[in-house]
Amino acid sequence: MATRQTQFLARSLLAPAVGLLFIWMIVPLALTIYFSTLHYSLLDPGSEAFVGLENFRYFLTDPAFLASLQNTLVLVGSVLALTILLGIPLALLMDQPVIGLNIVRLMVIAPFFVMPTVSALVWKNLLMHPVSGLFAWLAEVFGLTPIDWFTDAPLLAVILIVAWQWLPFATLILLTALQSLDEEQKEAAEMDGASALSAFIYITLPHLARPITVVILIETIFLLTVFAEIYVTTGGGPGLQTTNIAFLIYSQALIQFDVGSASAGGLVAVVIANIVAFFLVRIVGRNLEA
Amino acid sequence: MARKSTTQRVVVSTIGAWFFGFLIFFPILWMVLTSFKTELEAFAIPPSFLFFHWTTENYATVQERSDYLLHAMNSIIIAGGSTLIALLIAIPAAWSMAFSPTKRTKDILLWMLSTKMMPPVGVLVPIYLIFKTFGLLDSRIGLVFILCLGNLPIVIWMLFTYFKEIPRDILEAARMDGATIGRELVYVLTPMAIPGLASTMLLNLILAWNEAFWTLNLTTSNAAPLTTFIASYSSPEGLFWAKLSAASTLAIAPIIILGWFSQKQLVRGLTFGAVK
Repeated sequence: MATRQTQFLARSLLAPAVGLLFIWMIVPLALTIYFSTLHYSLLDPGSEAFVGLENFRYFLTDPAFLASLQNTLVLVGSVLALTILLGIPLALLMDQPVIGLNIVRLMVIAPFFVMPTVSALVWKNLLMHPVSGLFAWLAEVFGLTPIDWFTDAPLLAVILIVAWQWLPFATLILLTALQSLDEEQKEAAEMDGASALSAFIYITLPHLARPITVVILIETIFLLTVFAEIYVTTGGGPGLQTTNIAFLIYSQALIQFDVGSASAGGLVAVVIANIVAFFLVRIVGRNLEA
Repeated sequence: MARKSTTQRVVVSTIGAWFFGFLIFFPILWMVLTSFKTELEAFAIPPSFLFFHWTTENYATVQERSDYLLHAMNSIIIAGGSTLIALLIAIPAAWSMAFSPTKRTKDILLWMLSTKMMPPVGVLVPIYLIFKTFGLLDSRIGLVFILCLGNLPIVIWMLFTYFKEIPRDILEAARMDGATIGRELVYVLTPMAIPGLASTMLLNLILAWNEAFWTLNLTTSNAAPLTTFIASYSSPEGLFWAKLSAASTLAIAPIIILGWFSQKQLVRGLTFGAVK
């Protein structure tokens, strides 16, 4: 089967994909590294000069960097916590005998397919508007003061929108994992007189450990680069309150046209993402062998 | 299901699941309802849920005022084009790795996965400048190219896991019966690969349709797909809720329907086969 001819064929079939991905990975990255060592502003063409690590010093000591790093961590951490802490009970509920489960599943999964710009604007206007939004009306019905989300709690507002988008993903993955759990194991535990709680702690939760890890890692990779939701709702503000690292780099590149420091920032983002990716690739790789 | 499911338990879990499912779905439902209101009713407090003056005029206005169809066409071309090209590149690659793996296959797969981990913002500057230099800003072809490369690793991964499941014995049996490589491809492999190909295509269409980093940064008007078009409603003068809702409903309807068909594959595709 594995004659020299088929081996050659196999390699030439693989080559275009490998080549393209290699170029896609290496060329922009090399350019980013190169730009990050230059003083390079699009507003001041012709003034490019080698400045060594100056851009990194500028980017990393900029108060905006620390603020945006903090916002990024809060955003990623809160969305992870919300999607997993809500996703587990929701998946457990959907794993019960439910009449019309297919329709429930369609409703639960739907937000994931909504494009980010739509979900952000619908939440910002139709739901979170301080006067005419549905939340404001609900608050009034219950005798509470409506929250002016994007003035008083802008980061929380962004977190809620992003969590709504990712809750379906976490739930669906956890549900898929639950459905592959051996029913007999649970039955045996039940017969042995285990309470529902201890069956959950000793059987279900360990079974969910791996899918939860996968959810955390994959969500983290996407959440580190949340952009559109911020772009259409707050524009990073007020002040720097909702600027995350992705948005900070965008504004340095395409609003302030500072290519050099935006590139330095881009490399910082690459390093952060790679730390997460390292663990994800290892987990997936282990799975590949099994 | 083998466990005893008393009526009471079914009733409680059914009510609970429907309640939370409805809660999660509600923002979408609310958007669809608002799209059929007049602008005045869309702002009204208290809001009316069903008993308002139903109208479809927003849908007509959205098309008249902003050439909705152009942006929809851009989305179709960008999502469809990038998916098609990605498949053309990925099918041979995944095929080769699934059916004649070498010692390095696993490393190549993991390396491909790792290219997906690159945050787009890390290469925003060079891509933007390259696009500017070659006049690709606000062009559909540029976006097709970027989105194709961006999603290529996922496409290869998904196809690989599907091809892996095709039993090799069948190939050998066909070969013993004297099938040529061509016949084997057409009559044996293709029919078995079609479900996997279809779901890979669906997932990739969804991802490309909703992509909102490159589309927002690299297009402004001519090549703007629906993601960018909807973003134009964020400016204060564009705050017409009923029209925003109508445009949004049109933008997400096709993809939600596609998504509902491919939800099983979604888990597999997005976790790179780590959860099936």
